[in-house]
Amino acid sequence: MNASLEQLADLLAQGKASSVELCQDYLDRIERHNPRLNAFITVDRERTLAEAADADARRAAGQAGRLTGVPIAHKDIFCAEGWPTTCGSRMLANFVSPYDAHVISQFKAAGMPCLGKTNMDEFAMGSSNETSWFGPVKNPWDARAVPGGSSGGAAAAVAARLCPAATGTDTGGSIRQPAALTGITGLKPTYGVVSRYGMIAFASSLDQGGPMAPSAADCALLMNVMAGFDARDSTSLERAPEDYARDLAQPLKGLRIGLPREFFGEGMAPDVAQAIQAALAEYRRLGAETVEVSLPNMDLSVPVYYVLAPAEASSNLSRYDGVRYGYRAAEYRDLLDMYEKTRADGFGAEVKRRIMIGTYVLSHGYYDAYYIQAQKIRRLIAQDFVEAFKACDVIMGPTAPTTAFDLGAKVADPVQMYLSDIYTIAVNLAGLPGMSIPCGFGADSRPIGLQIIGDYFAEARMLNVAHQYQLATGWHTMLPEGL
Amino acid sequence: MQWETVIGLEVHTQLTTRSKIFSGASTEFGAAPNTQACAVDLALPGVLPVLNKGAVERAIRFGLAIGARLNRVNVFARKNYFYPDLPKGYQISQFELPIVEAGELPIQVGEGDKAVTKVIRITRAHLEEDAGKSLHEDFHGEDGKPLSGIDLNRAGTPLLEIVSEPDMRSAKEAVAYARALHTLVTWIGICDGNMQEGSFRVDANVSVRPKGSDKFGTRREIKNLNSFRFLEQAIEYEARWQIERIEDGHEIVQATVLFDPDTGETRMMRTKEEAHDYRYFPDPDLLPVKLDEPWIEQVRAALPELPQQKQARYQRDYGLSAYDAVTLTASREMADYFEATLAAAGVPAKLAANWVMGDLAAALNKEGLAIGQDRIPPARLAGLLKRVDDSTLSSKLAKEVFAAMWAGEGEADAIIEAKGLRQMSDTGEIERIVDEVLAAHPKSVEEFRAGKDKAFNALVGQVMKATRGKANPQQVNELLKKKLAG
Repeated sequence: MNASLEQLADLLAQGKASSVELCQDYLDRIERHNPRLNAFITVDRERTLAEAADADARRAAGQAGRLTGVPIAHKDIFCAEGWPTTCGSRMLANFVSPYDAHVISQFKAAGMPCLGKTNMDEFAMGSSNETSWFGPVKNPWDARAVPGGSSGGAAAAVAARLCPAATGTDTGGSIRQPAALTGITGLKPTYGVVSRYGMIAFASSLDQGGPMAPSAADCALLMNVMAGFDARDSTSLERAPEDYARDLAQPLKGLRIGLPREFFGEGMAPDVAQAIQAALAEYRRLGAETVEVSLPNMDLSVPVYYVLAPAEASSNLSRYDGVRYGYRAAEYRDLLDMYEKTRADGFGAEVKRRIMIGTYVLSHGYYDAYYIQAQKIRRLIAQDFVEAFKACDVIMGPTAPTTAFDLGAKVADPVQMYLSDIYTIAVNLAGLPGMSIPCGFGADSRPIGLQIIGDYFAEARMLNVAHQYQLATGWHTMLPEGL
Repeated sequence: MQWETVIGLEVHTQLTTRSKIFSGASTEFGAAPNTQACAVDLALPGVLPVLNKGAVERAIRFGLAIGARLNRVNVFARKNYFYPDLPKGYQISQFELPIVEAGELPIQVGEGDKAVTKVIRITRAHLEEDAGKSLHEDFHGEDGKPLSGIDLNRAGTPLLEIVSEPDMRSAKEAVAYARALHTLVTWIGICDGNMQEGSFRVDANVSVRPKGSDKFGTRREIKNLNSFRFLEQAIEYEARWQIERIEDGHEIVQATVLFDPDTGETRMMRTKEEAHDYRYFPDPDLLPVKLDEPWIEQVRAALPELPQQKQARYQRDYGLSAYDAVTLTASREMADYFEATLAAAGVPAKLAANWVMGDLAAALNKEGLAIGQDRIPPARLAGLLKRVDDSTLSSKLAKEVFAAMWAGEGEADAIIEAKGLRQMSDTGEIERIVDEVLAAHPKSVEEFRAGKDKAFNALVGQVMKATRGKANPQQVNELLKKKLAG
């Protein structure tokens, strides 16, 4: 069950297993462990096995690609035809998508069956997976701990090997932070590399889909499927297709690793700092050198994010009005009452908080002071990275300031919750690619993630940097007990 | 006190693209409800807009046609408000950086020889999507209570909203501007101009002020006027209402009003205090639109000669009046017809203009036809004009030939031949008939000589009758005078 995507692909190619058999095994594991973990919102054995049978038929017909038949789980933010697509919200609890997101159709074209739709923070707003209408996800390493969020279900499912890989989305750290907290590998690509078509919008200028899997090598294969130009997303970048696995084997000699001063100050827990330093020592051993860089506006990234992301979200979530689909209040007096009751009951507290923040910062008289100002600082933050990358090839630091915190620990204090994304948010604001790879465990035996930030379109190089570390270490192969 | 009305118009023109501005669904009018609304128009979760280049190209055409500034970088923004027929909860429009700014359109004010040209400044024109339609009739729940229906076929239809400066000073001027704009957008093919189907909708901002004042009064906006007649009625009513309110000691409160064609009155929809805060911000799903010079030049090269250019040319080269020039350029078809007729006839332009604007327009109007749908092609009308110009036909006979042509009886010359309608110009023949008439009516001759002028007219009438109207009346006059004097 700790097989890599390469190994699963080989099993299928050599006829040692069928896709139906593989899917059955994973579905059995989901059936056994999901009641405890709550990593999946929707599992549909029949539908999955039908897709697996199709994949086997393709293989029999000699039309299989490298990953045909290898199953994957999709975050419930991706619209998938015929599947409930809830986005973790009561608002869409009854919504069955009539169409496929670009990412879904790419995986379908590759012949990869869907194992189910994974749990997530409501509309991807959260860092602990506790805002989901479908209940919190438990961290497979410790059931008292959160898995991180918003792609918490995907992270927990991969960490518990309920699926060999999963899709996630990252608006302020939603792939990287849960990857770190559950000891898996996650990549947020450069903004525009993965199409957002059919990926339910939270904050359009920050949202980006990406792969979550045990290893960087797995993520490279997944990127080969999900990345690429899509004319239906105006922010999708028209670039020549690339093989994200092409540089995996490159040695790291001469790699310049930038260490931002601002990442290594106060705020990082001592056990996290220790694990990060050990990982950096490993990199030096592999031939890399480290240089200090600076991201002077880093400390503004959280406030800037919590102006821009809610602003966009307040508008993106206006379509959930009870008129055409989704939840509608049962009783109402008139149109306004219908809107108010539908949105009051259909959305959870965190979503409503962000809609209110966003509505406020876009309001007449506040727009210039908040939204415009935040956009200016966003440009400064992006410029900081441009300067830093003059001195280094990749930037490293912690993904999250602490290991996974306990369920309920930060629910009452949104600002503390927001600060758990302090190291990841700037990457989204700049539109850069970022990764998290497992690099050890904390004093509480919960996983720790190392963040790797690359320049625009440096995904292949980052995957190489991660892969070489994973060849030299075994953190990414470790499994939680009881699974 | 003398009052002055100040008017600015906002016109929503529906663009002629086949698909919607941000989706691939058809823009065809009149389909069954919700059959032309795709996932993007329904605002399903996860869908994204993709800009239709054809809509941008049409906006460029318009910008060039009014000599405006085209913003090389222009931006789509979201206008946020809740309404059931607005599926996303926001309308994608342009706010701070519209595609077109600072253009102008000349209009003719006054009629006939008194018409003068006035230039109306156009503040801006921006691209946006239309909303759907709410239907409040014919829907009932199981309990019999009335329900509303939503038709999203129109949602996402591309619009160019054209905003003028408050440069108009009367309802007539406002109508002249609206007509000129209607002519222009149909002329350059960016809008079909169909007002019944809502392709050209006018909002009028109206205020009044004491004549001579340089300050604007508080305005009220009359929404959604879909005919020129309603536009004129609504403005006239609104201006009178505002003047009465002020004279009665009230202040005008800024508001949006609706015009009721049945009562001819405007009534309040909402005041400024009730107005939405639309929370505009740049749409993060769409990149700023960039216009490059080759594209603009390509669009410029494909533009036809514009109505205002033709008007100037007609006055300069043909010596036509401003009024005639505007009338002849009311549509591209009309101008094309006029020019083709003139080219084929080789007669003075004024003669061709009179026939196109006069008998032809009347005949078309009578049968509810548009120019281009008529039964007389330009070359055929030219055949008639040649015979008028060379005096073969009197104006009376020419009308008779025109009627025959309209009835489908063929070319002018053939009709003249077949009906024997040629004007008599053989002096000997007319002289012979004059002599006969004088011989047959000695009483009239006597009366004339006795000083009764009326008798002369009777004699002319007899000659004309004898020639069945074909004699040149002037020639008859001269001959009669000569004979009676002799």
